[in-house]
Amino acid sequence: MDEKNIIEDVTSSEYKYGFTTEIETDVIPIGLNEDVVRIISAKKNEPDWMLDFRLKAYRYWITQKMPSWANLSLPEIDYQAISYYAAPRSTMPQSIDDVDPEVIKTFDKLGIPLHERDKLLGIAVDAVMDSVSVKTTYKESLAELGIIFCSFSEAVTNYPDLVKKYLGSVVPYTDNFFAALNCAVFSDGSFVYIPKGVRCPMELSTYFRINAANTGQFERTLIVAEEDSYVSYLEGCTAPMRDENQLHAAIVEIVILDRAEVKYSTVQNWYPGDKNGVGGIYNFVTKRAICKGDSAKVCWTQVETGSAITWKYPSCILKGDNSIGEFYSVAVTNNYQQADTGAKMIHLGKNTRSRIVSKGISAGKSQNSYRGMVKVQKGAENARNFSQCDSLLLSDRCGAHTFPYIEVNNDTAIVEHEATTSKISEDQIFYCNQRGINTEDAVGLIVNGFAKEVLNKLPMEFAVEAQKLLQISLEGSVG
Amino acid sequence: MLVIKDLHANVNGKEILSGINLTVNPGEIHAIMGPNGSGKSTLSAVLAGNPVFEVTKGEVYFQGKNLLEMAPEDRAREGVFLSFQYPVEIPGVSMVNFMRTAINEHRKYNNLEPISASDFLKLMREKKEIVELDTKLTNRSVNEGFSGGEKKRNEIFQMAMLNPKLSILDETDSGLDIDALRIVANGVNQLKNSDNASIVITHYQRLLEYIVPDFVHILYKGRIVKTAGKELALILEEKGYDWIKQEIEE
Repeated sequence: MDEKNIIEDVTSSEYKYGFTTEIETDVIPIGLNEDVVRIISAKKNEPDWMLDFRLKAYRYWITQKMPSWANLSLPEIDYQAISYYAAPRSTMPQSIDDVDPEVIKTFDKLGIPLHERDKLLGIAVDAVMDSVSVKTTYKESLAELGIIFCSFSEAVTNYPDLVKKYLGSVVPYTDNFFAALNCAVFSDGSFVYIPKGVRCPMELSTYFRINAANTGQFERTLIVAEEDSYVSYLEGCTAPMRDENQLHAAIVEIVILDRAEVKYSTVQNWYPGDKNGVGGIYNFVTKRAICKGDSAKVCWTQVETGSAITWKYPSCILKGDNSIGEFYSVAVTNNYQQADTGAKMIHLGKNTRSRIVSKGISAGKSQNSYRGMVKVQKGAENARNFSQCDSLLLSDRCGAHTFPYIEVNNDTAIVEHEATTSKISEDQIFYCNQRGINTEDAVGLIVNGFAKEVLNKLPMEFAVEAQKLLQISLEGSVG
Repeated sequence: MLVIKDLHANVNGKEILSGINLTVNPGEIHAIMGPNGSGKSTLSAVLAGNPVFEVTKGEVYFQGKNLLEMAPEDRAREGVFLSFQYPVEIPGVSMVNFMRTAINEHRKYNNLEPISASDFLKLMREKKEIVELDTKLTNRSVNEGFSGGEKKRNEIFQMAMLNPKLSILDETDSGLDIDALRIVANGVNQLKNSDNASIVITHYQRLLEYIVPDFVHILYKGRIVKTAGKELALILEEKGYDWIKQEIEE
């Protein structure tokens, strides 16, 4: 089989999570205006302050234009053609028995059991379908430690003071176009609060599932880690295969106080579109953590294999002295996927350290860009950053690009940037073949070797899944 | 074990092999010698199934099966091993992971369960000794940062791990100093038994002092032009290839 044929075989493999669930869904009519914002707020029985927040954001959003600086060929998005709220018909369940069996089946199919007795060992899950959270597991046992893990809507009702204090404090609604949109119409998401001195004993995770057609998903996550606390959090995402594009614009805000540590891992596998580039999710996400306290630590790890378009730059604001920000990323693009992703490290405090390890893998006719910013402010004495961006090309029709921005305003800072680009060679493949390893497994082996440093940062339970995911995403895509 | 009949092969439209005939039986060692560009490495690559080369004519049977119809990985699983002249570096893939994957593919092909972690480690330890390969090297990525000699020893180590029926050593002696040569040859000799066979491709007689062939073939312009016992290598060493060329041209 020659090189070209091998490329032609690209992703004949089906997207595994492309099924739809037949449930009654409550969808509001398409379009966006102040009334829609009010309807969403009313559907969630929100207090006035929450509605005010949304309206302010909406009024700001209508004055903004979609950003065009990314290395993406962005189609015109008709924001009036999208429905901004969809929910499985049954309302907030009190127990697992109230959850629509079809919904439970869906999450079972995705490998996310909602019954605590079928527990995913040591992991508490908040399952979000379309616009609402359908079930959060282990809530009670976590509560005994003072940990709050619930849907965002519940947090607004039950912990208004905490939400009021931190909502928008890391990503203000004026931050960017998609952030403003999210603030106006966000539906649900997860809320995590880890009290002082508590180490969360299990992985917390949110599983996002888009189901309804012609809808957007706008969730937001807020994590607050008090002094000396620790939590590891994981999010996973999938969506059905549909011919039209669907919009996903999320916000994640993380606040970390003195000596606390938050690990945030993402396995993003939204539907990427078919091999001709039809359909797929537009993924525009704003993720930011602030190390507010001294010696606070945040670590972002992401494995991005899905979405037709990804626009995402997890950031760390290192405000506390001696605080640490880390970013580990594997971004895979195949067929006609486009990704413009990277990290931002903002050094404000003294002796702050940051590390960026980005591994981009491009196949098919895809475009994969790393865009990262390292900024050292005046007061950030002895700040250190190390960035490494490696690209692996699997075909001769894909692209890998690197756009590093470095701004240093303090002479004592040390900032390093390394970048490499490589290609899987036919010689490497043949060498593996000669040892009895077929081409697909050889690519998997090489790609996983390339991404190892990042995959090792994932919680153990997910590292294996992520490895398989990489292999599936690239099935047949050698050239 | 291996029967090659009238094998012709091209690369980029140019004929390199022009009718090779060769039979290899179990327990035999065949040396293939010849001047530069005579097609020695092409023959090994074609047998292993390198897609760069196009077979235009001829047949190759390995243990009664049509080798040319098999994918390269299946040839390997059937027991054909090629020790590369230029072993390839695969960054990020550890030798351990690479070898375990390879062994398990071979086992799967033979309907065997994957090897257990402890058996695998035991096997590694055992086989490393055959070529005196340092543990530091097996912990590294495949061939990455290996010296020329280490790469060649690593090839023989992999051969020992996979226990092939037919091993093809493509200029395994090139770039080796005398000590490394002895280690490599020693490894090959230890692995030899009455059920397996080797084809040793070499430029110089030197390697054949250590690996004693049953037959020596001279390849010239894509054909085997002379076959004899091990003494032929000595004649070549003494007289070079010119007399063969003359004999052919006449």
